[in-house]
Amino acid sequence: MGEGRLLTGWGRTSPSWARVVAPGDTGELSAELSGGRAGASGSASTTRIIARGLGRSYGDAAQCAGGTVIDVGRLSDIGPIDPESGLVTVGGGTSLQHLLERSLLEGWFVPVTPGTRQVSIGGAIAADVHGKNHHHDGSFCGHVTSLTLSTPTGIIQTGPALDPELFWATAGGMGLTGVVTDATVRMTPVETSRMLVDTERFTDLDGVMAAMEEGDAGYRYSVAWVDTAAGRKRAGRSVLTRGDHAAIDDLPASLRSRPLEAPRPARLRVRQTAPSGLLNAATVAAFNAAWYHRAPRRRTGELQDMATFFHPLDGVDGWNRLYGPRGFLQYQFAVGPHRGDVVHQAIRLLADGGTPSFLAVLKRFGPGDPGPLSFPIEGWTLALDLPLGPPELARATDQLDEMVAQAGGRVYLAKDARLRPELIQVMYPRLDELQEVRERVDPSGLLCSDLSRRLGMDRARIER
Amino acid sequence: MNDAFGRPQSMVVLAGTSEIARAVVRRALADRCRTVVLAGRNPAALAVAAGEAVAAGADAVPTVLFDACDPAGARDAVDRCFAAAGGDVDAVVMAVGELGDQRTDETDPERTAAVLTVNFTWPATAMVAVAAHLRAQGHGRLVVLSSVAGVRVRRANFVYGSSKAGLDAFSVGLGEALRGSGAGVTVVRPGFVRTKMTLGRPEAPFATTPDVVARAITDGLGSGAAVVWAPGLLRWVFAVLKNLPTTIWRRLPG
Repeated sequence: MGEGRLLTGWGRTSPSWARVVAPGDTGELSAELSGGRAGASGSASTTRIIARGLGRSYGDAAQCAGGTVIDVGRLSDIGPIDPESGLVTVGGGTSLQHLLERSLLEGWFVPVTPGTRQVSIGGAIAADVHGKNHHHDGSFCGHVTSLTLSTPTGIIQTGPALDPELFWATAGGMGLTGVVTDATVRMTPVETSRMLVDTERFTDLDGVMAAMEEGDAGYRYSVAWVDTAAGRKRAGRSVLTRGDHAAIDDLPASLRSRPLEAPRPARLRVRQTAPSGLLNAATVAAFNAAWYHRAPRRRTGELQDMATFFHPLDGVDGWNRLYGPRGFLQYQFAVGPHRGDVVHQAIRLLADGGTPSFLAVLKRFGPGDPGPLSFPIEGWTLALDLPLGPPELARATDQLDEMVAQAGGRVYLAKDARLRPELIQVMYPRLDELQEVRERVDPSGLLCSDLSRRLGMDRARIER
Repeated sequence: MNDAFGRPQSMVVLAGTSEIARAVVRRALADRCRTVVLAGRNPAALAVAAGEAVAAGADAVPTVLFDACDPAGARDAVDRCFAAAGGDVDAVVMAVGELGDQRTDETDPERTAAVLTVNFTWPATAMVAVAAHLRAQGHGRLVVLSSVAGVRVRRANFVYGSSKAGLDAFSVGLGEALRGSGAGVTVVRPGFVRTKMTLGRPEAPFATTPDVVARAITDGLGSGAAVVWAPGLLRWVFAVLKNLPTTIWRRLPG
């Protein structure tokens, strides 16, 4: 039956109410997708459905106001990992945390990880997530060899070679083509669960961007943190960390007996929502300055554990509550390789506008994959954490959109909570390819989310 | 759908021809709003306000007629507004009300009943119907225009003031009832607003304009605040005024 719940994304903005059901198998899921129950009131004629994994999309992608949200958490079986190919079939609700707890001890790492292990496989596919290795390995769906999709018209097996239109529409399709019930993923072999890391500090943005252009090819993983809160003069100072998985030979003798360790769950937890205004211009600037000065000017060959390198925030459960009752936005955009000027402009806009970013992360993307809504395109990407509160923020982010759209770039839908609907077609000119697939697998327009409705992606399909 | 800043894309305005309502619509249309439904009593005035909204960028502006003297028709009026919107409504603005004429309103029982009906009974009845729609949607915000006249009722306008006091209390209660439903209520308490409705009346201190009130309303949509004052300073002014001894309160001008 399911119970009604108020849901938000990780940014804790725009709550909406939906009936939440957690099917235990594909049979129960199919019943939901074909049942087409009337809305709670009777006034809504269409039932709406969207899948939700661990709720780590920042905006409203995994919400469905007045409709049904499928919690995929119980679809979490992990099959055996093929020792030769590294292929493993896992349920759509499996978290990267659980997969890694199992796989790392056998010497396998996930091919792509975002900044947290707390994402589901289905969510990783729906957002076609990327990690610090995008320039080297591409995004998540490039490592998926097949998946099972539950749609309103039935259960469909798909992969890059089997119904590629459906597969790539699902890759980055924000759950609008169906519910991923399982997927087969090619894992990456590792000798140890540690990373060999080089760190460099730069006093300005030009320096770090040049270093990334020149040196990224020599590293599997690369990402820069940028200070946007240091005032106009120092804004853009950066810390670049790059590395690769450590081999057994890289470990000191004391660690060689146990080279592989599973990641630990969070040790700290934020239970209370912080008071509003805790993260203001002054505290954000102080945090950023501390982060910058803590980093060494240059250090090579440092051994780090995986959690420190990939998932520093996973150590604190519920860290999003620190942003206070109004929540926060993530703004991430991508522009082409020759549009580094947009990165400069964006950082200047925030530094000037009194809308500081708590964390700003800069990375170079490699070529994108064929998904019409897959976010990464070759070039630069900048991700910003913006606490709600400054009255200029709504306008500033609208301005950022215009800059990004004019440069032929796009924003990341898994993080969006406020894009102007007219821009979705500009930023994702191949949107129609997704719509054609939706027409085929979901002709009655059952699958939609608050995100798809807000951005007008269901227009001409459903009422509005 | 409302975005992270609470900017609505669709809006229903009950009493959509008032100056405050039109200022709210202008502000919303300058942001994300595209669908506006205007409801009111006067077809000619509605047509003018609708034309204004289209010129400001609305896709379509259906209009709905209702009579605020007839609470029995309130539910039907609200249903027609939601049907006219053609989908979910992100924000509903309740701007129904009349200032009345204190001298006759306090002596003529029929006039007393009329003011209480237009300012309290009809809006409260309609808001219950709105709440049912918003609950079913699982999201949406109801903005209710109250007044500082209801915060502490004065001798000089106690009929109007008491009707707003009732509406204000009802709205706060409805907001509490809607907690957890995805829907919410924002009560707006403006001071003296310079409009046609108040033309020729003596201005109270901290008099304001429809644009200031409209801004307070859109800010309230953004923050999800339960109560918004316009101008904001009135929150503190009334924190004092509410607690004045009656002997002093009675002697204040206005």
